[in-house]
Amino acid sequence: MSPAECSPSPANSLPAVATVPAGYPWRSHTVRIEGIVEEIPGVQTYDLRFLDQEVAGRYRFLPGQFNMLHLPGIGEAAISISSDPANPQQLAHTVRAVGNVTDALARLHPGDTLMLRGPFGRPWPVAESTGRDLVLVAGGLGLASQRAAIRELARRRAEYASVTVVHGAKEPSGLLYTHEYREWKAAGVVVRTIVDGLPQGTATTENAAGDAAMWDGRVGLVTDLVNELTMLSDRTTLLCCGPDPMMTAVAHAALRHDVPAEQVFVSLERNMACAVRHCGLCQFGPVFVCQDGPVFSFAAIEPYLSIPHL
Amino acid sequence: MHADDRVVQDTDPLRPTQGRGGPAVGSWVWLPTETLQPLIDVLRTDGMRVIGPQVADGAVVYRDLAEAGDLPVGWIDEQDGGHYRLQHDPEAGFFDHVVGPHSLKNFLFPARETIGHFLREDGTWRQVEDLPEEPPLAVIGVRGCDLAGLAIQDRVFLGGEAVDPGYHRRRESLFLVAVNCRRAAATCFCHSTGCGPAASAGFDLCLTEFPGRFACEVGSERGAAVLAKLQEKVPLIACTDSERAAAAEQSERLEQAMHARQRVAGEPAPRSLNTEGIRDLLYDNLEHPRWEEVATRCLSCTNCTLVCPTCFCSSVSEVADLSGDAVQRERHWASCFTLDHARMHGTSVRSSTASRYRQWLTHKLAGWIDQFGTSGCTGCGRCITWCPVGIDITEEVAAIRATSPHDEGA
Repeated sequence: MSPAECSPSPANSLPAVATVPAGYPWRSHTVRIEGIVEEIPGVQTYDLRFLDQEVAGRYRFLPGQFNMLHLPGIGEAAISISSDPANPQQLAHTVRAVGNVTDALARLHPGDTLMLRGPFGRPWPVAESTGRDLVLVAGGLGLASQRAAIRELARRRAEYASVTVVHGAKEPSGLLYTHEYREWKAAGVVVRTIVDGLPQGTATTENAAGDAAMWDGRVGLVTDLVNELTMLSDRTTLLCCGPDPMMTAVAHAALRHDVPAEQVFVSLERNMACAVRHCGLCQFGPVFVCQDGPVFSFAAIEPYLSIPHL
Repeated sequence: MHADDRVVQDTDPLRPTQGRGGPAVGSWVWLPTETLQPLIDVLRTDGMRVIGPQVADGAVVYRDLAEAGDLPVGWIDEQDGGHYRLQHDPEAGFFDHVVGPHSLKNFLFPARETIGHFLREDGTWRQVEDLPEEPPLAVIGVRGCDLAGLAIQDRVFLGGEAVDPGYHRRRESLFLVAVNCRRAAATCFCHSTGCGPAASAGFDLCLTEFPGRFACEVGSERGAAVLAKLQEKVPLIACTDSERAAAAEQSERLEQAMHARQRVAGEPAPRSLNTEGIRDLLYDNLEHPRWEEVATRCLSCTNCTLVCPTCFCSSVSEVADLSGDAVQRERHWASCFTLDHARMHGTSVRSSTASRYRQWLTHKLAGWIDQFGTSGCTGCGRCITWCPVGIDITEEVAAIRATSPHDEGA
């Protein structure tokens, strides 16, 4: 399909939701850090609470939406929400310290405050996919954008035919939320992991036994696991989050299973300053990632994903 | 009929009363050139900050205007790719220059603006509300292309789910005195984008210049109210139907002349833009070799985005006091020609000049249509004039169109 044939509304198969909070777009609210959990080296989950109870009472979000976290004097960053939408007063954001704002965030402590605007953006089509087989594929920190969806799906597992999480990382220490897999599995979510490779000296079933750091799982690309899944074309919805080339590869794997491109969703990440279609920084082809996304159907976004440096 | 018989009367009983009688919306009156000063005075007395074109640093720019004598009477501008020269022309009127580097964008969406204040007290951050009051703006001398640019920026900042508060406040109180162009620069191509040369809508008052006087069209109730106040100082004479027709004809003649312009050796080439199917043309040619070719000339200097009346990209900086406990957030213009625009995780998504020029052109002429239901180009030609190497948006589109598989055989 040529880009010109693509619908002018690339998010057309996604639900119409408020992608911007009402009122002044630069209005932010004070949040206090309740707790910090180091998930993997360099990646922390921040539990945040609004100080203003009225703000807390009206705050709602859907899985896949993001907040703008603002450290006054440092800057602001778009971070997806990683906590359960059923409990919107307890917000969790999983963040890798990779830049100005996220480095400064990593230096904060429980009790410190920061500012928050949100939620923004189009969510994963979780509510629209009841009765279907849901496959969530995450590369690295991409799982942070899917954790809210996984929590929701685990809670409402009976409403879905199946829920499968496929998570790939560079190496075993990069797998996210491993302490929660038991809970997810207990709720009926299938969890499968794979790593690109193993650091030198990693114990495996072939060369060692009884080692706590032993890796007895799969080594390969996340697409290897996706290829092995049984995906029924008429009832599978696939949600994918990771680096752009990984999402393209996963989406094409799903298409080879005859899953329609309209049922494959990806979540994009771009530079953002405003999150409300005003700053122009997050443009990707004709869309604004902040509000037309970050979740797009692959059918709509594929023509642009295939163009380098767009 | 004696001219004095045409002194404007409040004859329409359906028109909302303005206190004192003044010309009605849609009516035309004569403003002798010497009424420009009382007009400025009326606007300033109403508490408005009046902006008008003036000569500064070798160009006509928009600046605060108190004296009608500061208007660029007798100046015309010669414009071409990477070329702008003012020339004195004793025949030229007040507004026979075309457009300079400034546009309404400079005032409604200022290059730098505070969007929030934050204070840390007892270790807790909070946002405080003390955005400054600003006087309402009145701008004299805006053209058809400027009004089109304003309508486009309205869609960006007011037309979506989120409304920009600063733009909204300034836009609501904006008073516009438009001018119908009597000449076009070679870089002007508003006739081919449907944005000019006439100022057709969106103004409070609109002036068409004749020797010694302006035919003034009343475009809004606010415009009528200002003229009612002006009428207290100077008698206003209504235009006859034939005089109105003569004013309209002046714009039509210019538009026809722009369509008929031919290239003349030794003179700047007249521009026009074929907008037919332009969205699909550009999106079907995202990997056209022309992007690499233009990148060999483009300096990525950002001038085109700064002078463009519709470019709206911005970024936000943090400005802290010495204690670090008081912070202002400042929004400032950004440009898709910088590496910072598409920076992610320490690298830029658009690392090449070719990818950045493609972003600018395809957004301006194609993406805008998806995003806002309108092209982002008014045909003002500023990006051509102020490009230091004279890259011409119309020429780049024509080059892609000429070699597009999409248009083959068309």
